[in-house]
Amino acid sequence: MSLLVYTENWDGKFKKLSFELVSYAKAMADKLNLPVTALSIGNVADDELKQLGNYGASKVLNVADNRFDSLDNKALAEAVAHAAKSENAQIIIFSHNNVGKAIAPRVAVKLNGGLVSGVTALPESFDPFVVKKKVFTQKAFAHVQIDPDIKILTLAQNSFELIETENNAVTETYDPQVADDVFSTTVKETNKVTGKVLLTDAEIVISGGRGMKGPENWGQLEELADILGAGLSCSRPVSDEGWRGHEEHVGQTGKIIAPNLYFTFGISGAIQHLGGVSSSKFIVAINKDPEAPIFEAADYGIVGDLFKVLPQLIEEVKKM
Amino acid sequence: MNFEFTDEHLMIRQAAKDYAERELLQDVLERDAKAEFPARHIKNLAELGFMGMMVDPKYDGSGMDTVSYVLVMEELSKIDAATSVIISVNNSLVCYGLCKYGTEEQKEKYLKPLARGEHIGAFLLSEPEAGSDAMHQHTLAENKGDHFLLNGTKNWITSGNSASTYIVMAQTYPEKGYRGINAFIVDRNSPGISLGPHEDKMGMRSSDTHSVMFTDVKVPKENRIGEDGFGYKFAMKALEAGRIGIASQAMGIAAGALERTIAYSKERKAFGTEIANHQAIAFKLADMAVKVENARNLCLKAAWLKDNGKPFAMESAMAKLYSADIAMEVTTDAVQIHGGYGYVKEYHVERLMREAKLTQIYEGTSEVQKIVVSRTLLRE
Amino acid sequence: MKFLVLISNVPDTTTKIRFVDDNKAFDTTGVQWIINPWDELALTRAVELKEAGGIEKITVANVGESITEATLRKALAVGADDAIRIEAKPKDAFYVATQLAQVAKNYDVVMVGIEASDYNGSAVGGMLAEILGFNSVSAVSGMNIENGQLSLTREIDGGQQKIDVETPVVTIVQKGIAIDPRIPAMRGIMMARKKPLTVVPAVDAEEKTEYISFELPPPKAACKLVDEDNVKELVRLLQEEAKVL
Repeated sequence: MSLLVYTENWDGKFKKLSFELVSYAKAMADKLNLPVTALSIGNVADDELKQLGNYGASKVLNVADNRFDSLDNKALAEAVAHAAKSENAQIIIFSHNNVGKAIAPRVAVKLNGGLVSGVTALPESFDPFVVKKKVFTQKAFAHVQIDPDIKILTLAQNSFELIETENNAVTETYDPQVADDVFSTTVKETNKVTGKVLLTDAEIVISGGRGMKGPENWGQLEELADILGAGLSCSRPVSDEGWRGHEEHVGQTGKIIAPNLYFTFGISGAIQHLGGVSSSKFIVAINKDPEAPIFEAADYGIVGDLFKVLPQLIEEVKKM
Repeated sequence: MNFEFTDEHLMIRQAAKDYAERELLQDVLERDAKAEFPARHIKNLAELGFMGMMVDPKYDGSGMDTVSYVLVMEELSKIDAATSVIISVNNSLVCYGLCKYGTEEQKEKYLKPLARGEHIGAFLLSEPEAGSDAMHQHTLAENKGDHFLLNGTKNWITSGNSASTYIVMAQTYPEKGYRGINAFIVDRNSPGISLGPHEDKMGMRSSDTHSVMFTDVKVPKENRIGEDGFGYKFAMKALEAGRIGIASQAMGIAAGALERTIAYSKERKAFGTEIANHQAIAFKLADMAVKVENARNLCLKAAWLKDNGKPFAMESAMAKLYSADIAMEVTTDAVQIHGGYGYVKEYHVERLMREAKLTQIYEGTSEVQKIVVSRTLLRE
Repeated sequence: MKFLVLISNVPDTTTKIRFVDDNKAFDTTGVQWIINPWDELALTRAVELKEAGGIEKITVANVGESITEATLRKALAVGADDAIRIEAKPKDAFYVATQLAQVAKNYDVVMVGIEASDYNGSAVGGMLAEILGFNSVSAVSGMNIENGQLSLTREIDGGQQKIDVETPVVTIVQKGIAIDPRIPAMRGIMMARKKPLTVVPAVDAEEKTEYISFELPPPKAACKLVDEDNVKELVRLLQEEAKVL
């Protein structure tokens, strides 16, 4: 028996969440006295694969099969299920992101397992198996029991610390034996930015709202983000006005993020916005309206003119 | 008795609320500042079916009842009464009048595009020397056999410039007094029509109000509404129904001010606590809420009477009188509770207060409504 | 092509979340129910495509008790042709997906929002696809029909992809599929009353997970305010106290 972790890479480098998932699995595995196997699908170099061992994976299954590049959900689910069976996995762990949300439910049906998505902590008990998850768009938590033998979890991002351990990982090439006719997704065109911080993976996110007054003022936010290596996002009115693209909209109906530090400039903090960011470890609000609800959610704040604060802030972080 | 709305009523109310909050709110302050006509919104609201709400679908209307109309007027007016007055004039004065008294040909030709909202309607009754005194029309409509010849000036005309279709009241037989007045459908582009400047109003600034001058304007005889001399009665009947629209508008303005004030009172802190926790504020909110609820009930009662074919002239006058008066009171209190914030445009309540004032004046001043109510009471 | 849009009935997004019955159940007192916002965007796009002539029929379906019919009526008012309600109290995602499978098997394209704003399961679409052997595409932010072929845009890490996928397919959609949910026109609201709403009995299905109890997050400490001219202090707090810079 084992725990299986579905890892993800971004241009050949593992995302931080992959290490979080392995750390989480390892913490659980120690209590159950079981090994952790990590599954990697994609083109990842051997050195990088070994990194998973730093967080507790004892075996890394490497699927370097470019048919999976089309991200065909059906084929990916079949590959994970195949690995789960060959590893006799009792617990299978995904990230609660677009990839995990797409594959985990299919794997759950295939293996006749029970799925809980958006889990935020280690299980509270193993028998019965009970986990805590977010509900009502992060406004509450639920304790959920999984009945079948096979448990499938998607872990909310940033809900578990990285824990390094001694590295005993062995990597092996793995063929999940997915037939060609399973793949039915054809990619026609890909537009992706590389070399930029992924919003959902960023440890610091800088976010602008309507208080930024117009798209022409985003230069200073970009500069700040560059210095801090931060992701850049915006509130809904900003993307609706077309000041910034929809891919930057965070909030209940946009992207849901959980960075360590969420910096807001001129965002009032409507409940729908907070729904997408309230899992951030720390929120900083800069807004001229002392009554803005963002200050209820924020840990640190400045009531004042963001156009005065921004240049000072840029100067200060440059000195760091 | 049944105070329950149907599922359709709730859906219609939600649709109006969604549109108001999502679209009207976006540029209401800017349009108010620039006195800019809400052309884009009127087009969208027409597509949603709000321009001919109570018109039979066979004349391209939405076939809704008057209760739905009250709900829509309330929701739109909470955010933007300058837009809702255009809707009100089109629906309850112009479309209603044509539906009830127009000929089949008039309905085909004029009512249909009005109900679809492709054309906007205006109602031309007030004159420089005859506002409340509608019996004494100075605009003349000489009977020339196959046509009438219009001469005179109309004042305070909502949508005066944007309308395509005018309903004009004018005197044909001065010797007969008000029994000599006729109502006509007049094409806005008829030769001889000229407009006064856009009135620079205190509130409702993005609705376009003009005076309209008629100089030898020919109106074909088939454009007269009803029998010869029916014009005064026509205008009074249309105003009876129109009052429900303006009453609901006033109530909506008050309801909007109340909602904003409740939200503000729960956020704004003074003396160490949210101001809603101070009894002076809390009691004022209670008084405002009672007034709004009373006004809403009066509007809905008048609408219900109308929908059920019962007389509603007195009830619609009561609704208009009461709603307009409390709109002024509630919006004034709203500004007071907001303090300095209430006096700046960003917080909307000063605009609602400016808008409320007009509801006591147009489509029959509060004093005229008292005449209607008291005459009905004293008739027996 | 025949479209099925799955509709969840959820509390209005501004609802104050409270629990009753010793924190074992969500307090529905005074709750206003709405179409799950992502499902509403899915429906909006389906209606747009139907108006453009690419779709033969749009059905909306829901697993729920009679209280959810108002939500289905609204979906009909927005432009769906008919509605199906599967008479059951929705339990977990697998239970709901099993119920929907009996209906969804007759459609070419199934659309469902990326999650429901209540239990945030994000699982029904994927499970339904697996039960039926359909493909599924997640994070779909654009949908077109070109020459009778479904063309999708999906969000991937750092960008977007245009893809073709064979039908039948379950598309799990997110923001971008439509910008704003469509407001139903008066005509649509009147017609909704006359459109068919069929109630289908539930089939036997397993429940694999159970909600044991709920809790609200602990109250947050007050925001520490720093003066506008003292940005230095803010940076110090973030470095030394929060340790995030």
